[in-house]
Amino acid sequence: MRYLCLIYDDEKKVGAMPKGESDAFMGAYFAFTEDIKKSGHYLAGEALQPVQTATTVRVRNGKLSTTDGPFAETKEQLGGFYMINARDLNDALQVASRIPSARMGSIEVRPIMEFDQP
Amino acid sequence: MSADAADPVREMVDAVYRSESRRVLATLIRLLGDFDVAEEALHEAFAAAVERWPRDAVPANPRAWLVSAGRFKAIDAMRQRARFDASVAKLAREIEMHTAETATDGPEVEDDRLRLIFTCCHPALPPDAQVALTLREVCGLTTEEIAHAFLTTPPAVAQRIVRAKAKIRDARIPYQVPSPADLPDRLDTVLHVVYLVFNEGYSASSGAFLVRHDLSGEAIRLGRLLVELLPDPEAMGLLALMLLHESRRTARVSAAGELVLLDEQDRSLWNREEIVEGTALVERALASRRFGPYTLQAAIAAVHAEAPAAAQTDWAQIVGLYDVLLHADPSPVVELNRAAAIAMRDGPAAGLALIDAILARGDLQEYHLAHSARADLCRRLGRTADARAAYARALALARQEPERRFLQRRLGELRD
Repeated sequence: MRYLCLIYDDEKKVGAMPKGESDAFMGAYFAFTEDIKKSGHYLAGEALQPVQTATTVRVRNGKLSTTDGPFAETKEQLGGFYMINARDLNDALQVASRIPSARMGSIEVRPIMEFDQP
Repeated sequence: MSADAADPVREMVDAVYRSESRRVLATLIRLLGDFDVAEEALHEAFAAAVERWPRDAVPANPRAWLVSAGRFKAIDAMRQRARFDASVAKLAREIEMHTAETATDGPEVEDDRLRLIFTCCHPALPPDAQVALTLREVCGLTTEEIAHAFLTTPPAVAQRIVRAKAKIRDARIPYQVPSPADLPDRLDTVLHVVYLVFNEGYSASSGAFLVRHDLSGEAIRLGRLLVELLPDPEAMGLLALMLLHESRRTARVSAAGELVLLDEQDRSLWNREEIVEGTALVERALASRRFGPYTLQAAIAAVHAEAPAAAQTDWAQIVGLYDVLLHADPSPVVELNRAAAIAMRDGPAAGLALIDAILARGDLQEYHLAHSARADLCRRLGRTADARAAYARALALARQEPERRFLQRRLGELRD
């Protein structure tokens, strides 16, 4: 079963990391990605540019509105994701708990909705 | 099952329902892979029993018969639906093939009730849903009974349960006993749910008293089941704690329905059997040397239980146990209780200094028991004005009626 692991971090905290620490953080991410590729969990994964680069669009009554940034100010921002293949939720949670950001931010684990093929 | 009392086979079916339905359900969920399908199958199986047992005699192993009847009925129902939906046909074949051997025998069946408990108490479910689902599926309470016990409405409880089952299915929460690595954390969640159920029944003394009394009974039954299935020291500690609290039930409420504090309770009303059982469990848990907060709290309750009169309480031992508890599970509430024990061992001034330090830190400012404990110590020190102010603060924060009446009584006594 597929799960999406949404990675939330405090961008200010991550941005304020001294060089050594941020290199170690990135290194941990590379190692983790290698690890879940080997174990067969990995399907996809990306990091996102900071939230200041985000733009939100909505269409209401046929009218397009485009605004800067995400909808609400929050302490942690969506910073990346992994799509994984896991046996069940326990397996998915086990993988998610090893994502480096789990130790300072948080990971939201969501099962993918599977639609029947026509 | 509504029984025709004149019919002995029907009575037998009812008795089997009471003693076996939860175990049968636990196994059917494993075999059929879905809570709702398993519940439907459980009802079909008992309906078949009512019809068949009078005719063909009661089977030697009713539980195995029921599991196999439920499994058969469920596969049959899937086949009926399969005429319209090919994916169901595949599922029915898979269930039939994979469950033929292990359906009713073997170690798998023994673990089914544990699987059910751990699934109902999965940390991915919200706490109130864990409680409702456990009471519904493991204890077999109806949604009406659960709603009554938690002073909410049956639709609210039903919705909690439906959502929880949907999450189990859609997020694929596995029907498993956790791996040894995960077991300690997962068991903590289960014990917490059991203790929540117990406290809900124990601390209530409003209108629904009798029904809520049953709730602590259910929690104790759950505690016994856990100790039987998984003899972990903390499971023993929790069962002991519940038994030792329960032993004082009659003594803690006066004939007029007023709250009676531990030091004023008529100890001859304490239930000796529960004390003996609870104390023995505490000793077993302590001997394991792998105990935790529940065992320590139970040990404290056991020290109280063995004092023939309040004045003979071994406060030095209680303070010692609080020291260990504070180290194992630090919290301001434990600190408060330790301060009260110190006041008993070293005098009210020593306890008051500790409570004032906790309050000065900003912790427990909104906790009525902190202010009533402070009030009590001020009263014993003759600081009447301070005592009165602290009782008034406690009264402003307390929500339960018997506690409020108790505080009002104390305030009244200080005015004289």
